Amino acid sequence: MGNLFKIAVRNLFRYKRRTLLTVSLIAIGVIFVLGYVSIAGSFKNMMIGQITDSMIGHLQVHRKGYVASIENLPLNMNLKSPAFKKLEGILNQQPEIEAYSPRIKFGGMFSTFVETTNIRLNGVYPEKEIKTIPLLPSRIAEGDKTLKKGEILIPELLARGMKVKIGDMIVIVATNQDGSVNGKQFKVAGILESATGPGGRDGYVHIEDAMEVLRMEEFEISEVAIRLKEFGQVEAFTRKLDHLLSGEVNKQGKPVFEVHSWQQLSPFYNIARMIDMMTIFIQLMLIAVVLISIMNVMIMAVYERIREIGTIAAIGTLPTKIRSMFILEGLCLGVIGAMIGNIVGAVIIFILNVSGWVTFDFGRQKGLVLSPTLDPMNMLVISAIVIIVSVAASLQPALKASRMEPIKALRHV
Amino acid sequence: MSLIVAENVSKDYQVVATRVSKEYQTGEIVVRALRDVSFEIQPASFVSFVGPSGSGKTTLLNLIGCLDKPTEGKLTVVGTDVLKLDRHESARFRGEHLGFIFQDFNLIPVLTVFENIEYPLIIVKNTPAAERKKRVMAVLEAVGMADQKDKYPDQISGGQKQRVAVARALVSDPKLILADEPTANLDSKTAYTIINLMKKMRDELKSTFIFSTHDQRIVGEAEIIYSLSDGELVDKQVKGGKQNG
Repeated sequence: MGNLFKIAVRNLFRYKRRTLLTVSLIAIGVIFVLGYVSIAGSFKNMMIGQITDSMIGHLQVHRKGYVASIENLPLNMNLKSPAFKKLEGILNQQPEIEAYSPRIKFGGMFSTFVETTNIRLNGVYPEKEIKTIPLLPSRIAEGDKTLKKGEILIPELLARGMKVKIGDMIVIVATNQDGSVNGKQFKVAGILESATGPGGRDGYVHIEDAMEVLRMEEFEISEVAIRLKEFGQVEAFTRKLDHLLSGEVNKQGKPVFEVHSWQQLSPFYNIARMIDMMTIFIQLMLIAVVLISIMNVMIMAVYERIREIGTIAAIGTLPTKIRSMFILEGLCLGVIGAMIGNIVGAVIIFILNVSGWVTFDFGRQKGLVLSPTLDPMNMLVISAIVIIVSVAASLQPALKASRMEPIKALRHV
Repeated sequence: MSLIVAENVSKDYQVVATRVSKEYQTGEIVVRALRDVSFEIQPASFVSFVGPSGSGKTTLLNLIGCLDKPTEGKLTVVGTDVLKLDRHESARFRGEHLGFIFQDFNLIPVLTVFENIEYPLIIVKNTPAAERKKRVMAVLEAVGMADQKDKYPDQISGGQKQRVAVARALVSDPKLILADEPTANLDSKTAYTIINLMKKMRDELKSTFIFSTHDQRIVGEAEIIYSLSDGELVDKQVKGGKQNG
């Protein structure tokens, strides 16, 4: 095999310019795919990070049926205290969980005493919420990075529209479960940057203030947001938790809880899937580039070397060895192209990463800096695709060479 | 692999052709390249097939070299009925028992002189490296090309290329060496040198050399000369005597 390999490499050097062009084409294809995969992948990861770490968390638990009516923020679908205690007991036993945060979600009227508008609010324990969605403090553009009782964090669009500043007093008026209305005065402690996705324009109050506004006599919550230690475990843990909670049923024998991962809660998941689909299409294009270029080169190589094939066949080279010789040539082209592509691609991505040149706007978020990173698995997969396709592209010309009648090949002019 | 040994064929002959014919179909026209050709060739012979272009010399050499098969008749080469060999067996048989020298030298351009000669030992015979080196150097010395061993074919002359081709044909120690017009692309002096080299190798290695030629300069160098005309064997001359075919 080593000698066949040596001959294959020598044959590639026979037509240096053609080999260089083919290798360059493959390398450029690999560079583009690596670039696309790393930039698109970084964009995807960044957006998923933004969504999960600044609003949703990795997964959420609600009372069964809550998510179907989540737009209405139905207070009558809250989890009551005994249910939450059961849930808390289960969550505390899960080693995969890093933090979780119970929330009361409600809608209300936001009044500056001069003007009034609508607002959606989350009543939270600030320390638990920050552990669960660690990007929350970074969204506080103005004011303290904390939230105390009697204070409110409001979204920047609302602050701008209502001309509210830090330290202003406002009133939140909300309709309670029994239909009565209650109000409470809050001090504006911070202004939140908007974030793309569900809950990205919600305000925050302390959970005890939320209970007071909503005149809740007992502790109850709308949802529990959960953060896992490993993001990659989301799907598996969602299934596990769903299974664990499926045993909790109400008096009618129906499940009490429902578990949703961020994918099920955020429309961005569809964009993430589109990015994955586009990655597959880009890889298909790479396959086409490698297939066509190597097949073209190998067909030409066979055509140009017909007499040579006749000679080696005449002196006793078995058809299988002739086939291997040409397949090895294609393999070498693929391996060299993939290697150069990976090296150059990695350097380019490193430069992009260090320079911070790749910026983009997403929704109201301006100038987000992408940090493209290369996943070694991506490099391996792309290299494997190139190498496998190179061998596949060489098969037909190699078979043609091995099936040549030596006598006809020797007569070829 | 077991090669099919022909029945009732004396092992004294390297080649036995019995009423061998070869037809080619060219469109609707059937061309009879060989007609009822019969002959025997003994081991360590130095034989030539002569005749004008189209007389069937190359066709006959291709049949003996297992590159083609007769349409009719029986052909035994090195004790093997070559008609019964399939594609793979033919290739293996050629690698095992035959050596080829081509008119255009047919060296592999990407390999050096040494590597060209080494090729059959590596690819065909899987000879160990140390043994390969010994044998290649021995034939290089024998053909007088040892000092050119690291050159590529495009760096040596036509005569030197043919010496390399002779060395390549001999390196695997074949029983039979077939040369189709080996001197056609060489000047007179080089042609004689090559023929004499082949004869010297025959004397040293006791291999059988069969070559085709229409080159009058070297026809007389063969010890047995078969004359072909229009696909028929018309004459056989043995050095020191003449025998009609």
